[in-house]
Amino acid sequence: MATPVLDKVEKDSAASPYITVTFRIRRYNPEVSDAAVWEDFQIEIDPKERVLDGLHKIKWDLDGTLTFRRSCAHGICGSDAMRINGKNRLACKTLIKDINPEKPITVEAIKGLTVMKDLVVDMEPFFQAYRDVMPFLVTKGNEPTRERLQSAEDRERFDDTTKCILCAACTSSCPVFWNDGQYFGPAAIVNAHRFIFDSRDEAGEQRLEILNDKDGVWRCRTTFNCTDACPRGIEITKAIQEVKRALITRRF
Amino acid sequence: MKFHKYDTVIVGAGGAGMRAAIEATKRSRTAVLTKLYPTRSHTGAAQGGMAAALANVEEDNWEWHTFDTVKGGDYLVDQDAAEILAKEAIDAVLDLEKMGLPFNRTPNGTIDQRRFGGHSRNHGEAPVRRSCYAADRTGHMILQTLYQNCVKEGVEFFNEFYVLDQLITEVDGVKKSAGVIAYELATGEIHVFQAKAVIYASGGTGKFFKVTSNAHTLTGDGQAACYRRGLPLEDMEFFQFHPTGIWRMGILLTEGARGEGGILRNKDGERFMEKYAPVMKDLASRDVVSRSIYTEIREGRGCGPEGDHVYLDLTHLPPEQLDAKLPDITEFARTYLGIEPYTDPIPIQPTAHYAMGGIPTNVEGEVLSDNTTVVPGLYAAGEVACVSVHGANRLGTNSLLDINVFGKRSGIAAAEYAAKNDYVELPENPEAFVVEQIENLRNSTGNERVADLRRELQETMDANVMVFRTEQTIKTAVEKIRELRERYKNVSVQDKGKRFNTDLLEAIELGNLLELAEVMAVSALARKESRGGHYREDYPNRDDVNFMRHTMAYREVGEDGSETVRLDYKPVVQTRYQPMERKY
Repeated sequence: MATPVLDKVEKDSAASPYITVTFRIRRYNPEVSDAAVWEDFQIEIDPKERVLDGLHKIKWDLDGTLTFRRSCAHGICGSDAMRINGKNRLACKTLIKDINPEKPITVEAIKGLTVMKDLVVDMEPFFQAYRDVMPFLVTKGNEPTRERLQSAEDRERFDDTTKCILCAACTSSCPVFWNDGQYFGPAAIVNAHRFIFDSRDEAGEQRLEILNDKDGVWRCRTTFNCTDACPRGIEITKAIQEVKRALITRRF
Repeated sequence: MKFHKYDTVIVGAGGAGMRAAIEATKRSRTAVLTKLYPTRSHTGAAQGGMAAALANVEEDNWEWHTFDTVKGGDYLVDQDAAEILAKEAIDAVLDLEKMGLPFNRTPNGTIDQRRFGGHSRNHGEAPVRRSCYAADRTGHMILQTLYQNCVKEGVEFFNEFYVLDQLITEVDGVKKSAGVIAYELATGEIHVFQAKAVIYASGGTGKFFKVTSNAHTLTGDGQAACYRRGLPLEDMEFFQFHPTGIWRMGILLTEGARGEGGILRNKDGERFMEKYAPVMKDLASRDVVSRSIYTEIREGRGCGPEGDHVYLDLTHLPPEQLDAKLPDITEFARTYLGIEPYTDPIPIQPTAHYAMGGIPTNVEGEVLSDNTTVVPGLYAAGEVACVSVHGANRLGTNSLLDINVFGKRSGIAAAEYAAKNDYVELPENPEAFVVEQIENLRNSTGNERVADLRRELQETMDANVMVFRTEQTIKTAVEKIRELRERYKNVSVQDKGKRFNTDLLEAIELGNLLELAEVMAVSALARKESRGGHYREDYPNRDDVNFMRHTMAYREVGEDGSETVRLDYKPVVQTRYQPMERKY
């Protein structure tokens, strides 16, 4: 006897869970045309499926040229941040039923980064800002033989900002970043925060100086777009405020 | 076409690739070629922890860890390699802590540890707390920490470069690695990388199954590149099915959930693992738990209207404990199932998770071209490789360990090899194979579609070579895969462009999956016994007389161009542990 196949239910079930949904996708391919256009696709989909599943149905069954990044498909790898119904989300963490499938679902590339093709943007400026904040532990003196000690409270202090998956949903939802690509952006500040408030780290002052720059943390206008956009639920605006406060008090 | 020359080239930027890169960059001019941005790799999806006998919270030692690894692997583990894994685990965890990894802490500030499947005190007496963890996102923290340290060390990355071919040149009768051919996603350009040493760290093959915890991108590209160049693949029939995937979706729910006290229950609410593993219960090894779940389902005790799943029950655990120790997986249950794990049990089923087999290497990470011969300049580490530290079934938390221990070893060994050896001459027209492969796909007018063939492959794999196998089901799979490989010759792509052509790459990835699926099924057919993750209902017992040996699969091309899988065998390295019956 073969291993039981567990997914026959949908096909055999009398009441089909499938509904018809329109995806309205912002298409752009400079190999074909310099202009970006909206294109509609109608698909049959279970509303409990993800927007990413819808994009795959389109790519696999209707139009192989539709281009987007994806990998893990459950909100861990950070590949598929996109603008869905005008809001930055991960396509793999957004279920069809949660975004009103009655109306066309609009999908476009995240803003503020150059679109390369369809939903694919140039991520280099984003990663460069991340690299610029020294996103690594800096310690002085000889290394201990065993682990460095850290109390559970000290570990908890920066727990929230360790969750970042570098998907760019926050940075590309920030109006300041849209208007001025020089701004470090929320993701880079989140990753600086992760080390500034790590009791083991000894380069907090250097990182604060980097963020004291004219393109640094003071550009934040506290609009909370980043916090709303974060698929990991990180309190980003709060983290940015904590960095601002540390710059004033020099206590962290 | 562009040409590059590096001392060391690393293929893949997950845990093993980046751990190797940190070592190799310090010692040699190194390039990392990766089809994904480094932090997108599937190491980030690992949740529960990394095993090391730190003995921070209770008595433990590396010898017990070695024993558990050998027993967990159903004695197909090479015991010399397992000993290295367990011994070097302690430094591997401490290295990561020093690099900045935010492990959870004990009240006295040391790294906290928790229980995990198959890890025991004193050779199976009771579960032991050996897994070092960072909530339920240990893999995420390892991937981030390694990338952070790559930034610190100035590691040179070529992002979204797909390695499609391994270059081998014969020098005085010895096959040596000469470099690799890569395809740049952004431009469609072909790149030749000449390198003194090449390390494959490109991950697993899970995408040939349908219900899987694996990312869409895990398509066995490294295994296929080496296999096509005549190198063997070891133990490919051994694939791990993780007991707790989200029902139908396959998304991983960590074994750490059971380590924290979670319980598996059937439709009667019975804690059924007590029947199958009286001592370790829900924390028996993964192959045992997955078979137990399917036995419950087959015997009519599955949950739901179709009786096709069981429950992972966390409702007796305090919400604070779930929030602190298992925040991500509880969030998955809410997002994808609309279930509140504080109050409701989570529907789960086994999910295809991890390839125990792969490119055969020795303990330095050097790739073997047969049972003993090393291919100079060629290395592999992580899931793509088979050392073999996992044997017939990997223990949970041993893969995050494997990538760190053998990533580091191969990074050092490759860079040291590059320092002592010169470049090997490239074959004539090194890019010819890849250029032809791409042009054929781009120009094909055939009527087969990638998505259809992949769907059929995944369905036959799930139905026929999953947790339970028989001669009949495996033969069905082999025939189906051969049919699909024939049809693959007529596959065409819609996107004919050069810019970010993911349509084309998916077609190439499917070719890799089909080739490896055949190797897996043919290897499984020949192994007429049950061991670890390979369970044959027609041969339910382990057969140490005939099958205490590794499978070595070779690609053979006949004079008419026909392709077959030739099987050979390699002895298992046994040192201190004699095979015993495996009970949990």
